[in-house]
Amino acid sequence: MRIGFFLGEAMRAMRRSAAPSFAALATVLVTMLVLGVFIPIVQATNGAADSVRSRVEVDVYMKTNATAADEARVKRELLAVPHVRSVDFVSKETAYEQQYKADPQAYRLLGSNPLPDTFHVIPDNPANVLAVRSSLTPAGPGGTPGTIDPAIQSVSNKRNDTKKILEVTNLVTITAAALTVLLTIASILLIANTIRLSLYSRRREVEVMKLVGATDWFIRWPFVIEGIVVGAAGAFLAVAVLGITKIALLDPLANNWTLIAAPRTIPFSALVGVLLIAGVLVSALGSGLSLRRFLRV
Amino acid sequence: MAISLKTTRRSRNRALAAPVTHRRPTSPAPANARRVIDFRGVSKLYAGDVGLDQATFAIDRGEFVFLVGSTGSGKSTVMRLLIKELEPTSGVIRVAGHDLDQISRKRVPYFRRNVGVVFQDFKLLPNKTVYDNVAYALQVQGQARREIRAKVPDILRLTGLATKLHNYPDQLSGGEQQRVSIARAFVNHPPLLLADEPTGNLDPETSIDIMRLLYRINRTGTTVLVATHDQAMVDKMRRRVLELSRGRIVRDEAGGRYTRDETTRDLARRLRAPGTRPPGL
Repeated sequence: MRIGFFLGEAMRAMRRSAAPSFAALATVLVTMLVLGVFIPIVQATNGAADSVRSRVEVDVYMKTNATAADEARVKRELLAVPHVRSVDFVSKETAYEQQYKADPQAYRLLGSNPLPDTFHVIPDNPANVLAVRSSLTPAGPGGTPGTIDPAIQSVSNKRNDTKKILEVTNLVTITAAALTVLLTIASILLIANTIRLSLYSRRREVEVMKLVGATDWFIRWPFVIEGIVVGAAGAFLAVAVLGITKIALLDPLANNWTLIAAPRTIPFSALVGVLLIAGVLVSALGSGLSLRRFLRV
Repeated sequence: MAISLKTTRRSRNRALAAPVTHRRPTSPAPANARRVIDFRGVSKLYAGDVGLDQATFAIDRGEFVFLVGSTGSGKSTVMRLLIKELEPTSGVIRVAGHDLDQISRKRVPYFRRNVGVVFQDFKLLPNKTVYDNVAYALQVQGQARREIRAKVPDILRLTGLATKLHNYPDQLSGGEQQRVSIARAFVNHPPLLLADEPTGNLDPETSIDIMRLLYRINRTGTTVLVATHDQAMVDKMRRRVLELSRGRIVRDEAGGRYTRDETTRDLARRLRAPGTRPPGL
């Protein structure tokens, strides 16, 4: 009976103020859509960034004429460098096999093996990669970077690539976070506004309710329900749009193009839960804001 | 649940069978128990302006009292203090033995269910029918649908609105609208009914009808306090009069020679009689 009364009152209020209710619903819808798109994207880029970070290493290329004795000596020297955790040796034959597998045609054309023997030097901490690299390339005569051993041809410089990837991921994360925060604020304020208009159009009823002895929460519930229904409807529509997009676009792509499926992201059911809860939370906050400010019961 | 249902049925029967039964206290009750309203040195200041200045008066159960005074004399302040819409600046207000200052904000709604209030502008909801307007008061108090279905038709019959059940307020005359408002205030049979200028918007003939209805309610044992500036009506009714002037009680006069057992019909006849000034006033 009471629930029916509250729901009835809330529905009546929504019909009467359809335009502001719709505006609030649309904002919640957009917010939840953005949230629903960005949560997996941020997760994927963070996953990519993490894998880049964990692969941070310095490659040391040997001269083509280096002997086994040279290799053993260089390995000892590399392990002696501070912040080095481990050193992996990849012989030129192994490297050739790997590359040949990846692109047989090109390497068949090439005929010979152009690849040098390589040491993958892995620092104890990704942040120390630059320190390791500069230890391996002390300043030689005339300021040009030299090497610590004459058998070393060169030391790779993956710094720029790493930095770029990390910058891009940061940018994506920050943009998504800023957009989400802004849209969430907009949703809360628009719901607050809807409830405020609803309060204004029903001030007579509120007055009568107070007069005949309705309890504070009895007066508040219809407005809270109105806000929550608007928010939940927005979140529900967002989920529907995301679901359709996923089934129609992403799932077929994921089958053909493994890249999309590669990074581990949140399962869709969990995403639906997050969005619905966020939608209800946002609208409850918005209603509460207006009720506190404009309904002094 | 069973008890409250029983009470409902009994009050319903009373309203049906003998709406004009006057309840006389059978044994002299202690003074405090008979006292429905008790103001002791109550003052109310509005940002420096005086709303009420050291007002002290008491109203006993079953009384019919007029509160008169010009605009701004503090009549409405008294009314609003009585339903705890305002807090006094100083002084003690007791309603039916409860110190209003002791009632917590949370309990105020429950307190208000024991006080019916009627206003000059009716305060009806325009998008609800007569029936729904009255039922709304019970709905928001969380009463069961069954009780509402039992109570509302009774009170509408008592107030003479039985044929207007499904009309909307704008289809009714001013007098009928005020009757709806009274029905809503009295549907719970509160022990105290406050009326703030109930006839302020009505013509003299309709005003008499409304007064007659308030008197009928008074005769069921309900204490009625009517704020008005309709001096002629007050003189004719010959009830107790409290007069306010600039927030002070300047007159407290028992209505003198009126019989409590006067029927509503007699009252109406007397009110309609032209130019009858009660002797001694």
